[in-house]
Amino acid sequence: MTNSQGALIASAGPAADVARRIRWRAILESRAAAWIVPLAIVLSWQLVCVMELTPSTLLPSPAAVIDAARRLTLNGELPRNLGVSFLRAIGGLAIGGTIGFLFGLANGVSKISEILADSTLQMARNIPHLALIPLVILWLGIDEEAKLFLVSIGVFFPIYVNTLHGVRSVDPQLVEMARSYGMPRRDLFRRVVLPGALPSIFVGLRYALGVMWLTLIVAETIAAQSGLGYMAMQAREFMQVDVVVLSILIYALLGKFADSVARALERICLSWHPAFQSQKGEAQ
Amino acid sequence: MIIVETSAAAHPRGVSVRARNLDKSFGAKRVLRGLDLDVPAGQFLAIVGRSGCGKSTLLRLIAGLDEMSGGAVTFGEHASAAVRVMFQEPRLLPWARVLANVDVGLGERRGGAEGRAQALDALRSVGLEDRAKDWPSTLSGGQRQRVAFARALVSRPRLLAFDEPLGALDALTRIEMQRLLESAWLRDGFTALLVTHDVAEAVTLADRIVIIENGAISRDIAVDLPRPRRRGAVEVAELEEQILDHLLGDAAGRAAE
Repeated sequence: MTNSQGALIASAGPAADVARRIRWRAILESRAAAWIVPLAIVLSWQLVCVMELTPSTLLPSPAAVIDAARRLTLNGELPRNLGVSFLRAIGGLAIGGTIGFLFGLANGVSKISEILADSTLQMARNIPHLALIPLVILWLGIDEEAKLFLVSIGVFFPIYVNTLHGVRSVDPQLVEMARSYGMPRRDLFRRVVLPGALPSIFVGLRYALGVMWLTLIVAETIAAQSGLGYMAMQAREFMQVDVVVLSILIYALLGKFADSVARALERICLSWHPAFQSQKGEAQ
Repeated sequence: MIIVETSAAAHPRGVSVRARNLDKSFGAKRVLRGLDLDVPAGQFLAIVGRSGCGKSTLLRLIAGLDEMSGGAVTFGEHASAAVRVMFQEPRLLPWARVLANVDVGLGERRGGAEGRAQALDALRSVGLEDRAKDWPSTLSGGQRQRVAFARALVSRPRLLAFDEPLGALDALTRIEMQRLLESAWLRDGFTALLVTHDVAEAVTLADRIVIIENGAISRDIAVDLPRPRRRGAVEVAELEEQILDHLLGDAAGRAAE
C-alpha cells in the first residue's frame, strides 16, 4: 500500500517537471527566441544607465538613443542618409557582384579565360581594398563614384572566388550525362552548370554582403558628405554620443536585414536541396 | 504460357552495331586490343568479364563517351547514332523535379506539350507517374534508377547501353529492374548492350553473351533459352556455371603459371 502510494506521489513530481521542461523547450526553439539575448543586452544597458554607473556623455541610455532616432527621423536627416547609404550599397553590389559573377563563370567554364585572368585576379585579391581609399580619393574625389568603386571592388572578390569554385565543383558525371543525352549548350549551362554552382554562389553573396557594409561605412566615415558613416562622424564632432551609438545600431540591423534577404533567396532558389527540404518537413 | 519472339526480325526499331579493330589506351596501359564486335539490330547483348577487363571501356567507346585510340564503330549505315546510356549511378539532376529529369532524355526535342506527354508516358512505363512533381532526393535508390531508365527510354532510342546500372541496388530491387528492362526491350525493340559483372543477370536477360578478357573477346555464347527465364531454372543455372567456370578457370590457370 505505502509502496504504491509512494510511487504515485513520486511519479506526479517528474511528470509535471517534464511538462514544464517541454514547455520551456518549445519557447526556446521558437524563432522569437533569437531575440532573447539582444533584448537582455538592451535591458541591462538601460539598467546601467539608470543606475548612472557610466557617464551619460560616453554611453547614452537606450531611451536616449531611441529619442535620437525619433528626432533625426522627424527632421528627415536619418531617412535621407539611410537612403543614400542603401543606394550606394545596392549599386556597388550590383556592379561588383555582376562583374565577379561573370568572371567566375567565364573562368570556370573556359580554360583559356582562366589562364588569362585568374592569376591576375588572385594577385589583386590580396590587396586590402580599403588600402585603395587614398588613391580613390585622388582619382575620383569624394563623390558617388568613389563609394561605388570601393564597394564594387569589395564585393567582387568573394562573388568571383565562390562562383568560380561553384562552377568547377559541378558534378562532372552530370555534365557527361547531359552531353551524351544531346542537351544543347545553353541548356547545359542553364540546367546543369548554373544550378550546380548556385549553393556556392550564395555563400559568396552572403560573404559579399558583409564586405559591402564594411566598405561603405569606412568610405563614408573617411570621405563623404552624406550617408550613415558621415552622419556618425558629424555627430562625433558635436559630441552627440546618442547619434553615434544609433548609427552603430543601425549597421547591426542593416547587416541582419541583408543576411535575412540572402537566406530567403537561398530558401527559394535551393528548395531542391535536401538541407532545405528537411527544414520544411519539420515545420509542417 | 506466353511465347515471345526474340529474333532480330521482330525488332525493326533497333540498330545494328559493328565495331572493327577497336583500340583504347590510357597512357601506357592498353585496355582494348583490336577488338571486333558485331551486334545485329534488336539483339540483347551482355558483356561480362572480370573487373578491369575493358568491358566498360568498350561500352563507353560505342556510346561515344570516350575517344577511341584506334578502330571504328558504325551503326547500321551510319557513322553515329543517338545512343542512350544508363550509368551505374542514376545521375539525376538534383535541382530538377522527376518529370523534368525525364525530359532531359528528349535532348533537343525537349519542351512543349508533346514533350511533356512523352515524358509522362515514359514515367508511367516505369510505374512512377505519381512522383512526377517530386524532387529526386525524396526517392529511394531503386526509384531513382527507374527515373534514369525512363529518361533513357523517352526518346525511343534505337540503341541503349547499360553500364552496370543495377550494380548498386539490393537483390529484390535488382530483380524488379531486370523485369522492367526486359519488358521495355520486348516492347520497344531497341538494341541493348548490357555491361555487367553479374553472370546470372546476363544469363537471365541476354540473347547472347560475350566474355572479355585482356582487352579482347575470348568467348561468344548464344543464349537460346525461352523467355521469361526463371532464376534457378536448370538450363539457366547450368549456363551460369559454365561461364563462371570459364572466368574462374582462367584466373586459376594464370595463377598456376
